[in-house]
Parts: sequence; structure tokens; C-alpha cells
Amino acid sequence: MKNSASARGLVTFAVLAILALLPPVASLIGQGFYVDVFTRIMIFAIAALSLDIILGYGGMVSFGHAAYLGIGAYAVGILAFYGIDNGFVQFGVAILVSAAAALFIGFISLRTSGIYFIMITLAFGQMIYFLSISLNTYGGDNGLNIERPSDFTRLVDLRDANTLYYLVFAIMALFLFLGRRLVASRFGMTIRGAKSNERRMAAIGFSVLRYRLAAFVVAGAMCGVAGALLANQDLFVSPSIMQWTRSGEILMMVILGGMGTLVGPILGAVAFLALETALSDVTGHWQAIMGPILVLVVLFARDGIFGLLSRRLELRRG
Amino acid sequence: MAEPLLSVAGLCKHFGGIMATDDISLTIADGELHAIIGPNGAGKTTLVAQLMGELRPDCGSIRLDGKDVTALPPYRRSLRGIARSFQITSVFPEFTACDNVALAVQAHSGGSFRFWRAARADPALREPARAVLDEIGLGHRADVPAAVLAHGEQRLLEIAIALASRPRLLLLDEPMAGMGIDDAARMMSFLARLKGKIALLLIEHDMDAVFALADRVTVMLYGSIIATGTPAQIRANAEVRKAYLGEDELA
Amino acid sequence: MDPLLVLAQTLNGIQFGVMLFLMAAGLTLVFGIMNLINLAHGSFYMVGAYAAAATFQATHSFLVAVIAGIGAGVVVGLAVEIVVFRRLYARDHLDQVLATFGLILFFNEVVRMIWGSTALYATVPPFLAGQVEILPGTPYPAYRLAIIAVGLTVAALLYLLVGKTRLGMLIRAGASDRVMLGALGVNVKILYTLVFGLGATLAALAGLMAGPIFTVQSGMGENVLILAFVVIVIGGIGSIRGAFAAALLVGFVDTMGRAFLRPLLATVMSHAAADNAGPALASMLIYLLMAAVLFFRPRGLFPPRTR
Repeated sequence: MKNSASARGLVTFAVLAILALLPPVASLIGQGFYVDVFTRIMIFAIAALSLDIILGYGGMVSFGHAAYLGIGAYAVGILAFYGIDNGFVQFGVAILVSAAAALFIGFISLRTSGIYFIMITLAFGQMIYFLSISLNTYGGDNGLNIERPSDFTRLVDLRDANTLYYLVFAIMALFLFLGRRLVASRFGMTIRGAKSNERRMAAIGFSVLRYRLAAFVVAGAMCGVAGALLANQDLFVSPSIMQWTRSGEILMMVILGGMGTLVGPILGAVAFLALETALSDVTGHWQAIMGPILVLVVLFARDGIFGLLSRRLELRRG
Repeated sequence: MAEPLLSVAGLCKHFGGIMATDDISLTIADGELHAIIGPNGAGKTTLVAQLMGELRPDCGSIRLDGKDVTALPPYRRSLRGIARSFQITSVFPEFTACDNVALAVQAHSGGSFRFWRAARADPALREPARAVLDEIGLGHRADVPAAVLAHGEQRLLEIAIALASRPRLLLLDEPMAGMGIDDAARMMSFLARLKGKIALLLIEHDMDAVFALADRVTVMLYGSIIATGTPAQIRANAEVRKAYLGEDELA
Repeated sequence: MDPLLVLAQTLNGIQFGVMLFLMAAGLTLVFGIMNLINLAHGSFYMVGAYAAAATFQATHSFLVAVIAGIGAGVVVGLAVEIVVFRRLYARDHLDQVLATFGLILFFNEVVRMIWGSTALYATVPPFLAGQVEILPGTPYPAYRLAIIAVGLTVAALLYLLVGKTRLGMLIRAGASDRVMLGALGVNVKILYTLVFGLGATLAALAGLMAGPIFTVQSGMGENVLILAFVVIVIGGIGSIRGAFAAALLVGFVDTMGRAFLRPLLATVMSHAAADNAGPALASMLIYLLMAAVLFFRPRGLFPPRTR
């Protein structure tokens, strides 16, 4: 127990340190575009981290998590469409609407479990996807351009790639920290207990549903923030953000990196997107390789990258 | 006469065509140790499940402290003071023994919508948990993951979790199941210490334990109660001897 | 509203429902007996469609195309079962979802590698290309009637198989208690492979029939797959009867919704608003239906009786 906690601490420190130093190093070696690549990676890391809270710690297999990514992105997009560029307002709305959606979806879905839960979250994700396609005023299937990134007063100019990078980094680190405190708190123990033995939780006096719902809302809101950041990076939103395959990809990132560790999903996002980029340089048909890799990871490397790393670290410490 | 702590009237439950429990009525007073015995399939565990609220009875009522709890879900009954241990060990395997018990303490001590403070560092949860573990003899194993504990230790943990919620009525479903002689003896002396402090409904097959500990005994057969009384009365009951105890068993 | 239009759309709804049933039957069998969630089920559908369309283009023989379509589905299904699924039966649902998701990516890409990204053209066989007068003065495409006929026949055959044969008895027993089945000495491995193959065959059949009506394109399996899952959830997982009822219900609701919601809404709101709301609501209708069913009957409409 202690070993894996210190392994986690070490890995977390390493990951944050490397990511913090990336922009200056990238500009030093003249590869500035890495900043954009890793901004995107960290945005998905936030989405994956939020999913890990309900999946890795809460045992809720949500196959509709990309919906919140889309809601957050569209909140920014739609407000920008009406000329509302204030970042605080945009992000505030993104959080509120994602949370509200998660509350509604969770309220209905959490009454089910197992395959039914997976299907109903998938279904809700699809509903939101179709809804966004039908919104012709906001571009429908073609998507919606955003003229200016979120305006957080003169302090922060998100048109600058480095500034956006560090904003995303700061939010990711903050969520990582908040997530740690959350899963160790009474609330965290409740959803972890529910994942471990739901029947016993009821017998000892917990009404599990309300805690799961709260966790679901928190995760949805966090993912909404990721969506708002995504809109800022692409300056474009479209329904494709919310395709169900995207939900599958976020799930993959959590597993690839190591479920139930919070820092694992960050590794997973890095690995997944890096793999995607690397493979697509080799061949346009990178998915034909990615697919089997995912299958192999699920079959043989279930603890993900973090699992491999922490085993190495524990062995070294003796 | 004071209202009994628990009173069950006309409880019945059927699955398909089978009456798992049929017209069950009994009462348990504060502090009483009431044993339920009967062959496998007699409906004892079904009865416990209904008392805890995990199964909805088809007819009859359950009153705790005079108030009807028949429609309450398990977590509400826990909050009213009923706790149960399971026949097949049901703990939180990845958590340590202390974590396991602390969770039960947590359920009954203020809300769990606390997001900041680490639960494992909260003395309001840890100290009562360790106290219960010490009481039951698992104090030295408090920081061991539950999955790693020996079977007998897990059975003790099973009860410790139930006790941590400070129940008025504790439903014990075969607590000594699968225990070796030493562990069983330890369990027996522990139950003897508990006796009188809280009401206990004990399902057991170990007849020595039952007759040594129980204030009253109820015998179930094929879903119905065939006799209720003091251990001496039950021992003397001819029908019970024939059906369950065996003629020469308790010479 | 024109009653003949309603009739035509009703038939369309039944035709769609029957195809959903072919997909759902395989899914529900596999899930009910092997407790396996297979997201790649849509890939068998796609493989059947592609194999049939490509073969027909090459040989112009409908019969050969059908054999190729079904054959491809069976071969791919069995291959995937032996290589991947045998290792997944013991895993939890999350693992199965993720692994089969990886398979989807793989198959979609392989199909793109062989046939490119643009849709493949699949034609209705000449002898079914005409119209049939279902009522005097009411023509309806013969091909769609043929699909309905095939689908209902397969449904009847499945009913006989599951209800009246020894294999069917094993299937029902397996759905009820698979551990017991193994303990009774049934060769569970072969049973699983057979059931899986049957499911893949039905999916491939649905795919090859769908080819001329929907586009044959990479990723075509996923939309149908989700609908098929919705069907089995509504019908009750593990129940073929439930799948049949739910498939017809879903097919009907979806088709009617897409056809009539917009004009219906236009009677109470502006045409522009109805143009937005109609298709949106129509797409969501099935999911709303599923959510409603799950709310009142969390185990679906006709759940099989389990232990």
C-alpha cells in the first residue's frame, strides 16, 4: 500500500515536472508545435482524469462521457456566437450546464447497473450528439467557428499558445490535486466502498445512490471544463467531439494509463494521443494497428502504464 | 410489560411456488440473545434478509421499537439500529480491516458529503474503529488488507463491521461458519460478552454454542416456526427432537 | 395524413424492425449465454454487406453474393471468437467493451484499406427490383417485402431452434445457468463457438440485405449496433422473444418518428422550428423510449427467467 502511494507520488512529480518544462524546452530545440500537441493531450488528460474518478474509484462504466466534453465546448461556442467572450462567464456556463446535464443523466442512469448502465449512458451521449447535429443555427453537422478565445481580462491572452498551454496545465494540476483530496475524503471512501461491495454499504447505512450521483456530477463538470478548453484551442466546435467513439477513446486512455490512480489517465492520454500521432505518420491506416494494440493492452496489460511503472519502481526499492 | 425491541408478525415470503418463510411471528426484547436453529433450507437466512430489508416480505409486518419498518430499505434500518453480518463473508477486500470498520463508523457519524479531509486521518472514524477491532480481538491486524486475513479473522471482521454501527439489534447469520475450534471458542466468548448489552438474533448450527448462549430459541423447519422457548423447553420438546435434534443427541 | 403513406411507412418500420431483430438476436444470444458484450457485432454486419456487394459487382450473381456475404460473416466471426473472445469470457464487462472497441477500430480500418473510404455501391438484385401492389393502386418495393419475409422466416426458424431442438434447450439452459451447464458435462466451448457463429451469421445476413438500402461504408455497423443494443435492453437481455418484440417496436417507432414528427410538429409550431426540432426529436426518440422502459422495467420488457 505504502509502496504504490510513493510510486504514485514519484510518477506524479515526474509527469508534472516534465509537462511544466515542456514549452521552454520545445522552443529551445525549435519544435514549438509540441506545445500545441501537448495542450491537446492535457485537455484530454483532464477529461480522462474526470472519468477515472467515477470509473476507477466509483466503478461506474460511463460510455457517454464525451457528451460533457461537447457540452463544455458548445457552451463556449454558443456564447461566443452571441458575442459573449468573457472567459469567466463562458467557463461558468460550461461548468453549470455540464453539471446539470450530468445530474439529469445520472439521476436516470444510476438506477441501473452493469450493461444497462453502460447502454443508457451511451444512449444519452447519442441523444446529445444528435441534438447538436440538429442545431442548425449553431452550424449543425458542419460545426461552428469561434472568432476569439475566452477573454480572461488582459491578464491572460489565450491567443498565445504558451499561455493557453499553462492555463490547461494549471487546471490539470489543480484537478489532479483536488481529485486526490476527493478520493481520500469521506466522500471518496463512500464511492470506493460502493464499488467494492455495494450490498454491504447499504447494510451499514449508506444510501449509495446520492453519493454516486454527486460523483457523476463532479466528473461531468470537470469534463465540461476540458471541453471549454478544447473550444479555446481549436476555435471550432462540432458534433464530432461527442461521437460515441470519442467516449470509447477516453475510456481507453483511462485504462491504458492505469485505472484508479488519477495520474494514470494523464499517462494514458499522453500514450494514446502520442501513439495516434506516431502511427498516423507511419500509415494513414493507423487505426488498423491501434485497434489490436488496445485489444492487447486489455488482455495482457490491464494495469496500464502506471501499473508497469509502479511495479518497476517497487522492484527497484527492493 | 415493555414493548419488545423487535416484533415480527405473520411474515411470509414466497419464491415461485415455494414458501421460504411462512407466517413467522416472534419477538425479541432489548438485550436478549435469541437463537434461530433449523436444518438448511428452513428459511433462516430468508428471515434475516427480510428483517434487514434486503427482501420485501409478501405479507406480515416488522416493528422496531414499536414503529413499523417493513417498508424501509436496508440503509434506513441500519440507521434505526439494526445491523447484520452475512453468512458468506461480505467485506471490502481491498481495504484494511481498520478501513472496513471505519466505513461503518462513518455511515453513522455525520454526513459523508465531506470532500476535503482525508478519512484515514480522521480520529473520529479511526479511534472507534480500532476500539471495535480491539474488542473483538483483531486489533493487531488492523492495518492488514481484508483480502489477506485468514478465514476466521474475516468472520470476526464481518461482525466488527456490523458492530461499528452501534446497533440495538444485531442479526448474526452463522458467524462461526467454517471456523476452526479455537476461532469458534473465541467467537463464543465474545458473543457471551456482548450478551445483555445489545439484542442478538443468532443463526447457528453449532448446538453447544446455541444452548450455552441463548436466552430463547426458535426452531424453524420448511419455512415455519415449529417451536419457541427457553433452551430447556426446546430441548424437551418432542417434536423438535424428532425433526431436528435427533433423539439421543442431547443426552 | 395520407393513410397509404402511413401504410407504406408502417411496412418500412416492420422492415427495419426485422433487420434490427437479426442483429439483436445474435447479440442477445451471446450476451445471455456467454455474458459477453460484443461491440464488434456491427463489424460482422459490415463484413457481410461488403462481401456481398463486392462479390455481386464481380460475379453479377445474387446467389453467389449471398453465399459470400454469409460466408464472410461466419469466417470472420469464428476467427475472432477463437483468437480474442475465448480470452474475454472470463473478464468483466468493462474489459469486453474496451477490447471489442479495439476490434471495431481494426475492422473499420481494414475495410477502408481494401475498399477505400467512399461508399460501395450495392444494387438490388434484378428479380426483386420491381414493385408489388400490396393494395390495389399501392405499390411497395418488392425488395423491402422480401426483407420482411426473410426476417420473419428467420424469426420463426429461431423460435423452432430455441424452443424445440436439443441445441435450443442447451441455449436456454445456458442462458439460465451457464455454470451448471459445464458441470453437467456439456462441451461448453463448442456450444459457445456455435452460438457465436450463429450470431455472426445473422448479423452478416442483416448486413447483406441492408446493403442496397443503406450505404455500404466503413463504420456502417456502429449505428445499427447501438440500435441493436437498445433493442435488447428494451426487450430484455437474453430473450429472443423480447428481442423480436422490441425490434419491431423500435423499428416502428424510429421509422414513424422520422417520417411524421416534423409534419406533426409543424401543426403546432413554425415550419422553421419544426425543421430543427423534428429530426432532432426523431433521432432521440428511440433513446427516450429505452430510458422510459428502463425506468419502469429495469430488466426490460420480457426478461428471461434466471436462477
